[in-house]
Amino acid sequence: MFAYFFRRLMYMILTVWILSIVTFLIIQLPAGDFVNNLASQYARSGRELDQAQLNNLRRQFGLDQPVYVQYLRWATNVLQGDFGWSFQYSQPVERVVGDRVGLTATISIATLLLVYLVAVPIGIHSATHQYSMRDYLFMFVGFLGMAMPSFLLALILMYVFLNAGMSVGGLFSPEYMREPWGLGKFIDLLKHLPLPVLIIGTAGTAGLIRIMRASLLDELGKQYVITARAKGLRETKLLFKYPVRVALNPIASTIGWELPGIVSGGVITELVLNLPTTGPMLFGALLTQDMFLASSLLLFLNILTVIGTFISDIVLVIVDPRIRFTQREA
Amino acid sequence: MSEALPVKSERPELSAEERYYLASQWQLMWQKFRRHKLAIIGGSVLVALYLAAIFADFVAPYSKEVRFEKSSYHPPTRVHLFGDEGNFVGPFVYGTTRQRDMETLQLKYEEDKAVRYPIRLFVHGESHKLLGLIETDIHLFGVEEPGGIFLFGTDSIGRDLFSRTLHGARLSLSIGLVGVALSFVIGITLGGISGYFGGAVDTFIQRVIEFLISMPTIPLWLALSAALPRDWPVARIYFGIVVILSLVGWGGLARVVRGKFLELRELDYVLAARVSGVSEWSIIRVHLMPNFASYLIVHVTLAIPEMILGETALSFLGLGLRTPAVSWGVLLEKAQNIHSVAIYWWTVIPALFVITTVMAFNFLGDGLRDAADPYKQ
Repeated sequence: MFAYFFRRLMYMILTVWILSIVTFLIIQLPAGDFVNNLASQYARSGRELDQAQLNNLRRQFGLDQPVYVQYLRWATNVLQGDFGWSFQYSQPVERVVGDRVGLTATISIATLLLVYLVAVPIGIHSATHQYSMRDYLFMFVGFLGMAMPSFLLALILMYVFLNAGMSVGGLFSPEYMREPWGLGKFIDLLKHLPLPVLIIGTAGTAGLIRIMRASLLDELGKQYVITARAKGLRETKLLFKYPVRVALNPIASTIGWELPGIVSGGVITELVLNLPTTGPMLFGALLTQDMFLASSLLLFLNILTVIGTFISDIVLVIVDPRIRFTQREA
Repeated sequence: MSEALPVKSERPELSAEERYYLASQWQLMWQKFRRHKLAIIGGSVLVALYLAAIFADFVAPYSKEVRFEKSSYHPPTRVHLFGDEGNFVGPFVYGTTRQRDMETLQLKYEEDKAVRYPIRLFVHGESHKLLGLIETDIHLFGVEEPGGIFLFGTDSIGRDLFSRTLHGARLSLSIGLVGVALSFVIGITLGGISGYFGGAVDTFIQRVIEFLISMPTIPLWLALSAALPRDWPVARIYFGIVVILSLVGWGGLARVVRGKFLELRELDYVLAARVSGVSEWSIIRVHLMPNFASYLIVHVTLAIPEMILGETALSFLGLGLRTPAVSWGVLLEKAQNIHSVAIYWWTVIPALFVITTVMAFNFLGDGLRDAADPYKQ
């Protein structure tokens, strides 16, 4: 068991490493670099930068080096906790990113909790009351949730929240924006969380309800359920003791995909709501070719993704004895 | 003449049970599929949407670029059936007058009850090439100049949103098909190779797929599409977006193909067929394909809407297709601001098309899955 986890962990680190190389290369793909971008910005405001200045800037940022040298430099620095320099903000990346990483993680985990807390009970209800009015309603809402582009849902909910007189956009009220962390700020954050969490979670919830419903329906038709019922077991006990537990298996195996999905899908919602998280910052960094900032943010998102997969592996091994057995054999 | 004479069947009438046992696999699937009402509805909606997209030039009253300078942000035109006295006069629209609200500086459009423009079918309008072949100026419906019919209203520079939505359907609906076709080819080839050869090749391809799946999709899309040069022509950007969308999509398919391949190869009935001397090709065609194809069809119907949503999201953010290309995502890019959406609510109508399409594909996929499952009655 331990050896298995250790192997997964090693594999995870390897994945993150390869991912960091690939994303670094992808960020280099656009023609030109940040200095070109800067030059055209200057040109637009009527000032010219001459070639010598440009070259100077390039040398200063290390952009005159081949890509692999740039990567190696950045990677070694990252290992020492230095994520490089953000050109756009003229500050170290750590400073620019600040709270954003934590906030993204908070939103993602809150969303994950919401998704499971909502989807599992609804899925059970839908399966035990198949073809009832409520089942149809949940199915319809579920389909709608999957089909609706997240930005549209964001716009609609923003409109509703606005009309209900609630604050919309951002994660903090203006008075807490620059405050250091404290109880007041934390409560303020909690007040702002429902909107983004609801938007980001809808698609995942809709998908999970369908999985839960389908897998429980499969179980309910099995003979052991009929046997248990024939022996006079109470319905609730019968339901939760066996079929629900078995039906939770596929749900557990999706935890790993759910978290990356939330992190990745959240980017668009965060952009529309203009949240102080990593999504909008990554978007800006990609557009201005602020490559160390973009690379660091992508690295962070990759790590979250890989951790999600790792968690799902562990949960699966714990939940499903069959997997545990075959893994030990291997 | 021939249809007047019913061909008399040589065979005796079959009972329902006999028909069930004699039906081929595809017939069984079709019978099961027909019972799934939502899937039938979904399929019909999709056929209608794709037809409307193909014949957009004809169905839309205007072309995608024509501007009505006097009608920017015109709300959807109301179609009336009854005149002022409540008498039925057939569909018509009123002319409109516009005024600027001096307080909000917003344009206000009022119906001018004095002028009526009946809606006519097959009217002459701008000329276009139907299917790129037939030069014609006939449109499905329209009103006479100077009247205008804007079923979904107009955008900021007075272009008819209904026409633009139909034209946008071409890119939005085709991007899913082309993208899935591309990831289909990659997925089947690599999945097949992986399942067929096994061993080191299999391990390598599986690792690559795991690697691809563990990448966060949307940030990856963002990064890749930010890399598309801004000055590329529309067609090339379109292709670039398709490639980006399918780069991420093929992994799942390759896994399904490989898994199925491995699973089916070992099944008893395949062994039985082989022992009975059936050729490899016949085994693949008769015994494996129906099992296999159904899975692929289901996978494809569920992958297309994902790509459509992906394109919409990318274009909405300004990283996908860009003007002058028209797609649903490009149309929605204008609807970024919550305050402008609150006033010009009709600018989000294209989103309804996205939702309808995605739901229709999902229903269709569900129906196909049920129909393809041999153990489901």
